[in-house]
Amino acid sequence: MEKYIFYILSVIIVAFAIASVSSRKMLRSVVYLLFALCGIAGFYFLIDYNFLAAVQLTVYAGGIIVLIIFSVLLVHHIEMELEIAKRSKQLLIGLTCFIGLGVFLYTIYNHTFNVIQNTNTTITRDIGAKLLRYEVGGFILPFEVVSILLLAAMIGSIVIAKGKKLTTKNDEAL
Amino acid sequence: MITGVSIYELLTVTSILFFIGVYGFMTRKNLISILISIELILNASVINFVVINKYLYPDMLQGVIFSLFIIAVAAAETALAVSIIINLYRQISSVEVKDTEIMKY
Repeated sequence: MEKYIFYILSVIIVAFAIASVSSRKMLRSVVYLLFALCGIAGFYFLIDYNFLAAVQLTVYAGGIIVLIIFSVLLVHHIEMELEIAKRSKQLLIGLTCFIGLGVFLYTIYNHTFNVIQNTNTTITRDIGAKLLRYEVGGFILPFEVVSILLLAAMIGSIVIAKGKKLTTKNDEAL
Repeated sequence: MITGVSIYELLTVTSILFFIGVYGFMTRKNLISILISIELILNASVINFVVINKYLYPDMLQGVIFSLFIIAVAAAETALAVSIIINLYRQISSVEVKDTEIMKY
């Protein structure tokens, strides 16, 4: 049963990813990306990492997609069709990607992975304990570094996006 | 792990996803579309981390924790990129790659 769900999810992910990089309407391309990301969250549910699937759904499908849709609506006319690369260039890049994919798959299938059969379930408490531990094997330092990074990114994006004032009409009223 | 699905099939799907992202990154001419392709590439790498953790080292959690960090960094990157795109649109009224040449000077 899980096998068939896996195949259906992979077909969904690949089809929507291709649609998202080849659609000429901007907003549609973002919505296709949303479906691909939800399919990836389905992968995490299948693999039994429920916390990661929830993070994928909230951060990617909830946060990043909304940000991208906002920027599309702010900078684009919805009906506008995207400019697209020349046919010869498209074919050349597609061929290069196929060759790269062939090299990847050749390497993967020639390597014997030493797979351990298991049915462990990971609960969120384990992840939190590992993340916030000071002893050997804990991840408290990168956790703090990421929090500083998020703060810096937030301040930086506010400063960059604020820009100059567009009108001085309301200065008198204040 | 997923019963009946080998690690090879999962890695095949993620490789295909990665190269779809690379294809989009190189053919698109619009900054927002390039951002979408980058999201695809990052997601493919995150699935690889998770799958290798689950299939080869099921007792550890390093892969999961690193994928959490990758997701956080991707969110920060997207927020910054969107703010840069909006600022650029204010100055030159365009988000096409060929129009953004101010950094050269």
